[in-house]
Amino acid sequence: MYQYNDFDEAFVRERVAQFRGQVARRIDGSLTEDEFKPLRLMNGLYLQLHAYMLRVAIPYGTLNSGQMRQLAMIADRWDKGYGHFTTRQNIQFNWPKLQDVPDILEALADVEMHALQTSGNTIRNVTSDHFAGAAADEIADPRPVAELIRQWSTDHPEFQFLPRKFKIAVTGAPNDRAVTKAHDIGLRMVRNDAGEPGFEVIVGGGLGRTPMIGKVLRDWLPQADLLPYLEAIVSVYNVLGRRDNKYKARIKITVAENGVDVIRDKVETLFEQLKAEFSGFDQAFLADIEKAFASPEFKAAGLDAVNAAMAANPAFRSWVDTNTVAHRHAEHAIVTVSMKAHGATPGDASSDQMRALADLAERLGYDELRISHEQNVILPHVHRSDLPELYETLRAHGLATANVGLISDIIACPGMDYCALATARSIPVAQDIATRFDELKLEHEIGPLKIKISGCINACGHHHVGHIGILGLDRAGVENYQITLGGDGTETAAIGERAGPGFGADEILPAIERLIEAYLGLRETSDETFLDAYRRVGMAPFKRALYPEKEESHAA
Amino acid sequence: MSRRPFTPKVVAANDLFDGEAVWLSADDSWTRQISEAELIEDEAIAEDRLLHAVGQPHIIVGPYLADAKSTPEGPAPVHFREAFRTRGPSNYAHGKQEASPATKPSQL
Repeated sequence: MYQYNDFDEAFVRERVAQFRGQVARRIDGSLTEDEFKPLRLMNGLYLQLHAYMLRVAIPYGTLNSGQMRQLAMIADRWDKGYGHFTTRQNIQFNWPKLQDVPDILEALADVEMHALQTSGNTIRNVTSDHFAGAAADEIADPRPVAELIRQWSTDHPEFQFLPRKFKIAVTGAPNDRAVTKAHDIGLRMVRNDAGEPGFEVIVGGGLGRTPMIGKVLRDWLPQADLLPYLEAIVSVYNVLGRRDNKYKARIKITVAENGVDVIRDKVETLFEQLKAEFSGFDQAFLADIEKAFASPEFKAAGLDAVNAAMAANPAFRSWVDTNTVAHRHAEHAIVTVSMKAHGATPGDASSDQMRALADLAERLGYDELRISHEQNVILPHVHRSDLPELYETLRAHGLATANVGLISDIIACPGMDYCALATARSIPVAQDIATRFDELKLEHEIGPLKIKISGCINACGHHHVGHIGILGLDRAGVENYQITLGGDGTETAAIGERAGPGFGADEILPAIERLIEAYLGLRETSDETFLDAYRRVGMAPFKRALYPEKEESHAA
Repeated sequence: MSRRPFTPKVVAANDLFDGEAVWLSADDSWTRQISEAELIEDEAIAEDRLLHAVGQPHIIVGPYLADAKSTPEGPAPVHFREAFRTRGPSNYAHGKQEASPATKPSQL
């Protein structure tokens, strides 16, 4: 993976030193909170309901074992022994003390990590496919390009005060695992008619209070033109984006208000100009970065033992079937470690679990780890012969839950248990649903199903693109949960449709149960997923299941 | 212009150093228990107490007036958000409930 060069190292250290001074001046009274707040946000430090929260970037979701161990050390030394993996490939520490944060940032810099631009109206952490570099369906590893974008966007002088935050996602595969269509800019690697790889450039997607699926700005952009083209988009947005209304400031609104054709004309004109200024140094950088992402030397070993273990141990077999997918190297597997044990907080990892994952990555996984936006940890390269040992070790650390992609593999934002913006809690709803369907022993029968829960309209829990989305609101001083159906965050992206009035905190679990019961009753075969069934039959049967009393009163 | 009648308030904020929820008490100190806060029944006094809080940036961050009610044990929160701030998160016994295990996370 990429290693900091002297410039990166000096830059990150300098920013830590600056922040150390800023914290000292806040504490000695030379800075007011109004002056300090933008400075702490630039370094990923938020103030939440019960404590400060530090959001640390995990660029394109990639970590090595040393970095994971350092996160565990930070959790033990300065927090409460755990971290929370977020829905955008970050990790959050929920209990840091203000005076300790400079030391935490220093400890992150020691392992080439930082919290820069994880807040504020800047280009945020660049996210990517969590199977990057391993996926069988991949055209090329998107991480070198993501790293190039990280370097270009970090402290970019023109883009430190954008109208609003700006999120970029990159994928190198036709199957979109990075939700590119719900980003300010989504980049999907595709081949043109001549077979050359380039990027489909999608702009103006986003969730939040005005969810929108991104629009294609360019069908195919040569990779060499990427930075000038991105610079043109962000520059056009920087001028055109609204600064008079926070809720209309994202590029999705700029695109909607001006029309994608107007934006395209402006971008293309500026791009021609900027392209001339990029003399090719960016491509030289990229070539260097690509070397850092060279594929590991994959080992060879016999598969008899793992096949025998699969035959002998149904629990192991179920875990392999559910939590691993095909690797581009046939003897290897991509392993998703579920951070969603039934009843646990989605995305939380204890420091012991982090160390166990680091050890496993080092021993059995070519020292690579990934964090997914679905709040799981991935070991991208595991030889299949090592799966039994991996499984047993994961089991010993409470990490062998075989539920990836199933109803209990829920995305949930921190909600009102932590977040100052939240209007209701998310975590207990996720815990209740996972616990209940585990009790019913139904989740493998139900099959692939994505439930996504947000604790406010800002949609950090991606509820709009959940097959079942749950949005927690405050209705007259009581927690209330709205259900949306039919959302999809992949290459067939769709925004879910609201089913009807919301449910109280004690009504939401029974409502989800009725929904699942209805699905199991109406699906044509056991292979027809919830989303497929919804697309076939539409909202009506699900609505009847959600609101039976209404149905009765109509009939009466 | 119709105005809603004033309802009792406490001055709430977060501690500058650890970010924990704190409330202003009648003796001008900051307490970590809402039951020890000053319950303010008069709007003009509430504004005055908030100004006093704004003037203490070396101790607290983000002061605001939160609805509260009188109980035999002292002031108590009205809205569920403020109730969460008196306890901590519901998924772990962290925050204030860590110190007072009598308060169950599931209680609202």
